[in-house]
Amino acid sequence: MFKYIPNTDDDISKMLEKIGVESVDDLFSDIPESLRLQKPLNLPAPLSEIELERELKEISSKNADASEYKYFTGGGAYNHYIPSIVNHLISRAEFYTAYTPYQPEVSQGTLQGIFEYQTMISDLLEMDLANASMYDGASAFAEAVLMSSRIRKKGNKVLIPKSLNPAYRQVMDTYTNNTGIKVIEIPYNKQGQLDLDFLKNNLDNETISVSVQNPNYFGCIEDLSSIAEVLKQGKSFLIGIVTEALSLGLLKSPGHYGADILVGEGQSLGIPVSFGGPYLGLFASKKEYMRQVPGRLCGETLDTDGKRGFVLTISTREQHIRREKATSNICSNQGLCALMTAIYMSTMGKQGMREVATINLQKANYAREKIRNVKGYELVFETPSFNEFLVKCPKPTQDINRKLLENKMVGGLDISCYYPELSDCMLFTMTELVSKDDIDRLCEILEEVAK
Amino acid sequence: MKPLSNTGLVIDEGLIFERSIKGRKGYSLPELDVPEKDITEILPKESIRDELRKFPEVSEVDVVRHYTRLSQLNFAVDMNLYPLGSCTMKYNPKINEDAARINGFARCHPFQGAEISQGALQIMYELGRYLCIITGLEDITLQPAAGAHGEFTGMKMIHKCLEKRGNPRKFIIIPDSAHGTNPASASLCGYQILQLKSDERGCVDLKALSDLMTDEVAAIMLTIPNTLGLFEESILEVVKIVHSKGGFVYMDGANLNALMGKVLPGSMGVDVLHINLHKTFSTPHGGGGPGAGPVAVNQELAPYLPVPKVKKDKDRYDLDFLIPDSIGKIHSFYGNFGVLLKAYSYIRTMGAIGLKKASETAVVNANYIQASLKERFHLTYDRFCKHESVLSDKFQKENHITTMDMVKRLIDFGFHPPVVYFPLIVPGAIMIEPTESESKQTLDDFISAWLQIADEAENQPELIKKAPHVTKHRRLDETFAARKPKLVWSPDK
Repeated sequence: MFKYIPNTDDDISKMLEKIGVESVDDLFSDIPESLRLQKPLNLPAPLSEIELERELKEISSKNADASEYKYFTGGGAYNHYIPSIVNHLISRAEFYTAYTPYQPEVSQGTLQGIFEYQTMISDLLEMDLANASMYDGASAFAEAVLMSSRIRKKGNKVLIPKSLNPAYRQVMDTYTNNTGIKVIEIPYNKQGQLDLDFLKNNLDNETISVSVQNPNYFGCIEDLSSIAEVLKQGKSFLIGIVTEALSLGLLKSPGHYGADILVGEGQSLGIPVSFGGPYLGLFASKKEYMRQVPGRLCGETLDTDGKRGFVLTISTREQHIRREKATSNICSNQGLCALMTAIYMSTMGKQGMREVATINLQKANYAREKIRNVKGYELVFETPSFNEFLVKCPKPTQDINRKLLENKMVGGLDISCYYPELSDCMLFTMTELVSKDDIDRLCEILEEVAK
Repeated sequence: MKPLSNTGLVIDEGLIFERSIKGRKGYSLPELDVPEKDITEILPKESIRDELRKFPEVSEVDVVRHYTRLSQLNFAVDMNLYPLGSCTMKYNPKINEDAARINGFARCHPFQGAEISQGALQIMYELGRYLCIITGLEDITLQPAAGAHGEFTGMKMIHKCLEKRGNPRKFIIIPDSAHGTNPASASLCGYQILQLKSDERGCVDLKALSDLMTDEVAAIMLTIPNTLGLFEESILEVVKIVHSKGGFVYMDGANLNALMGKVLPGSMGVDVLHINLHKTFSTPHGGGGPGAGPVAVNQELAPYLPVPKVKKDKDRYDLDFLIPDSIGKIHSFYGNFGVLLKAYSYIRTMGAIGLKKASETAVVNANYIQASLKERFHLTYDRFCKHESVLSDKFQKENHITTMDMVKRLIDFGFHPPVVYFPLIVPGAIMIEPTESESKQTLDDFISAWLQIADEAENQPELIKKAPHVTKHRRLDETFAARKPKLVWSPDK
């Protein structure tokens, strides 16, 4: 007997009798005989709960994790404080064992949750509206590029910054590489910001969209107002990208500067790092593009008694209705992750969002000033940053990271595989989870290694 | 004081924003331990935003009450049968949830490096091997975050492989019974769709297929068993026709729950398929994700799998980013790792015998419902089904009762409605998939609810037309929502 399968042999025989067959195998007689499997699958023997727990514990102990190690690592995934209630509330079976809310009368919990999520995310991103979520930041960006080319119809050029998170560029390439879209990279300047002159010289009628990530991959805060100013003249879309959503507790969003579409990664808002997923693709746009948005949208309505309620809406954009003419192929998204984020944002509230963002800023600023004063280490870009900054190291980063690991620390990211010109550099990240002592200790080790 | 409007113990709940009281707080953070600077010394003044406008100010108690009350407005698998066809709403084992929350998995950073991620990589590697064994295919990617994402990945690989051969081709053949994501995913890869009609037995019409199949067709996308719950009896002929013109056979594995341990897609001649871990492998649907849609391939398509791939060299695991013919990356990181863990935990719990038992029981349960209801509800394709059965409202239409009316009435009996009006080739379709998680008793209750509804359709049609009667909300006006969309709350109104 298997504990997830209630029916006994006796139940099965009664059911077979009703069906009118002799054996279970009779129900598989439509599978060509030559194909029917005669041998059991070659899988490990089933484990009891005790054995499975033991096994998982043992496998997990081969990983380092943030309960034991200090992390100074980011680059698109961030260790942040997650209030205890987030896990408790999403562990309610009514949320996590429900399906996509196709039957609104028995799914109001999920639907109202999405409506509140859409409200807070659009407020955070300073956009008119947000959808119910995408897979992750990178695929949300790819969908934004496709959406802008669908709306604009004219042109084939897409300008993206060299300082964009490389994974976003790669995923966008996979999505667009046989659509005729030509991707041009805008270099970064000496300050680590998007090169405005290059942008001006390459912006023309053929340009579908211009993207900007803020803070960018190096942690630098972009001059969004000047970028928006350049774009004012043409008809190109401005796509904003935010990979550290927590920064928006303090920083103006590209939405503030008139971004047409805004995408990003919502993981920082209450979702564990979990070795890269499941995360949360944020997708927001201006009102006028509502009917071109990919993915699910939840809207307010009334029931037959005139009571407020919520439903999935404007579904004529979607694959289950439009099939090959849909705005995207997305069906399942990251519903529960969106709920985690909604709970996180409610818990933190107006004040908490600003406070936690400020702590990140202050710690990172302290660390940035302290590390640059360690002998041999230099700050690569002077431009203001939020919680990440790039440091040129006197030794190969592998050597430094090895030493840090011995001290239960996971160091900054080496980004030279994407930026060969930035060799021996480390992208450091400081969040509210690192203390002043951790930063001081980090600096001591950095100093030691440099000797 | 305003009285609580409630039904039984379920309490009405407004929006979280409507609970907000200035000065309330739901979080706690430590005091800043580094010397504090004025933020305008750190940031350019013009980059600093104003206060968030719509975020609430609420206490921890407020948040807990709010979401607990919202949760009570949902139907869920943990409450009762959730028979959505092709969605495979099976029970979500709790130990799997524990697995994903172990610190040594949940708190691993994706960039911490292979050296200190051996456990996470081992899970991915072994899960990949198990899924290859279950499907009879050679290699796999775990990166896609959902079924449709997997379809897109599979289509990209086919495109790339054919391009290498000299011509990526123009068309994808898709049966008229297919899920909407199939044509949408193919189209996202730049392919045009050729719709293939079903024959009178609900399967691929071989003659129609032969007529459509040319050397400009890149692949056929086939759901097996299909969305009518029927096994593709002529699969070997289908594969032969497609392969003979150099096309690929893509299997949509949404319905793999009917086949585990019974037949290997690889031995049927399938070249590539995606697996919905949130269906067959028991990971929860989460009210609309996160799912996971691994894609398994044969040897010919393996060189095109997305980067990175998990590799094993002796006893060491690593991520391989150097795959020259790869289609590239399709996810920010390595996929929905937390979901992969739950599927891993499920396979280890079930083993070969358990998975086979799951498929067999799912098929028995579906046929039991079909046999018990087919006299009162029209069954278009009267043959044994696999994991699901598609009935319709053809008999009830005579009394002007529709599928939608009847499934809303089903809610009053404590069951979630099945999938309705899909597949499109069955008018008024009622698509029921019970899964192996349901006992005979539950199925009997479900069957008697339907039989009562069949009676009511004849004797008390008004009762059905106004259903549901016991939910907090009556039928919701979807037309109004779409005509005057209100997607965000606003404080002024």
